[in-house]
Amino acid sequence: MKEALSLVQRLSAHPDSRCWFVSWSPTGTLLASCGGDKAVRIWGREGDSWICKSVLQDGHQRTVRKVAWSPCGNYLASASFDATTCIWKKKNDDFESMTVLEGHENEVKCVAWAPSGNLLATCSRDKSVWVWEVDEEDEYECVTVVNSHTQDVKHVVWHPTQELLASASYDNNICIYKEEDDDWECRATLQGHTSTVWGLSFDAAGQRLASCSDDRTVKIWKEYPNECGQDLSWKCVCTLSGYHGRTVYDVAWCRLTGAMATACGDDAVRVFKEDETADPDQPVFSLAAQVAKAHSQDVNCVAWNPKEVGLLASCSDDGDIAIWRFQEED
Amino acid sequence: MSGGTRLENANPVIFQRSGERVLTANDEDEDVHDPIDDREIFDLIRSINDPEHPLSLEELNVVEQVRVKVDDAESNVSVEFTPTIPHCSMATLIGLSIKVKLLRSLPDRFKIDVRISPGTHASEEAVNKQLADKERVAAALENSSLLEVVNQCLSTRSI
Repeated sequence: MKEALSLVQRLSAHPDSRCWFVSWSPTGTLLASCGGDKAVRIWGREGDSWICKSVLQDGHQRTVRKVAWSPCGNYLASASFDATTCIWKKKNDDFESMTVLEGHENEVKCVAWAPSGNLLATCSRDKSVWVWEVDEEDEYECVTVVNSHTQDVKHVVWHPTQELLASASYDNNICIYKEEDDDWECRATLQGHTSTVWGLSFDAAGQRLASCSDDRTVKIWKEYPNECGQDLSWKCVCTLSGYHGRTVYDVAWCRLTGAMATACGDDAVRVFKEDETADPDQPVFSLAAQVAKAHSQDVNCVAWNPKEVGLLASCSDDGDIAIWRFQEED
Repeated sequence: MSGGTRLENANPVIFQRSGERVLTANDEDEDVHDPIDDREIFDLIRSINDPEHPLSLEELNVVEQVRVKVDDAESNVSVEFTPTIPHCSMATLIGLSIKVKLLRSLPDRFKIDVRISPGTHASEEAVNKQLADKERVAAALENSSLLEVVNQCLSTRSI
């Protein structure tokens, strides 16, 4: 069996600056990108190619680090180095800035919506993770500030179905949070990486979490039932080492196929597949495809299309987005 | 970084500057492919100003050609620098200036690693981690007052 990653299209998304992150809308029809040019761009398919549908400017004074779609697809949140998070509302084919969330002391590094769409999490270089609640009138209120990390928090991601939040940090750790009597608490700290953890991705069922790091490895963590009923129990069940030449900036676990993609500082995009015959407590992943020079500079992000099997987007310091098709051939 | 306060290292040892690069016939021949070498990288960084003294990083022996490694084919550059004293609070700023100088001068394909020479600074690991974090470097360079200090270190000094 042969697997291949073929280029569908390359887009000059944020010329003369970095493209930091890309995010697919829940229906998979739109792709949002953001970058060092302070702008967010929305890409859509027209015929056989992807084109820029709108440019969201003037929302931020500095780099836009990450973007996230609400589960309904009607809102887009953008996290910026200007210490704010902007909420954009989709109106027909355009987007308008609706709310600006303020409070973090410095750069906001990531934003993520809970599966219900009622909660939003942000994290910052100020070491904190904030959880915001959204009401019917589109009003946002900060319900919790958690300070479990001792350093810059790089990434936040919600569980695919539950109100469970995970964060990754410059302090090399991952924290898992749950709500407890109206308060969000860190219920597990996942230690194992030996340098900054840059990205996190849950598998489709949410029982496992993949993390990627400056230590050039990807780790797979699995949740185990805990008899005491107190803290959550997550264990590292697999470490992928030796594949990445430099920092691994992002990891994306496809909810449709289970394939795992990584974005690396050595300019490569890689896809790993799990050996389905292996012991679930000792999973085995193997490299299924890689493009060594996927971009001309560091790859910052990889994202699987949520509806179209095998469609993968990546973006880079070179300012480009690349769209790939991952195919398993017989 | 405020001026006027007491110098951290009041009497640094000053080192001799190296001579100009000796050009060979091949260097001048436009048709010969000429990979970027250690000396070329060293020439880019040796005249960076020390934030504290009116001296260059070369004169303070903060940078040396032997601590510059370049692999043109692999597009890698690695520079180790030696702070003048093990508790130098300027170490991150010096490293950042070296990094910015190389980012601005070299083609985009280069991966640039700037680190402290092993064993020469009390907070070696923390400074190295900070310099290797491109997200924090990018955020730092959006800070106009910090950028101004970096640009001062990189400005050519009139003697």
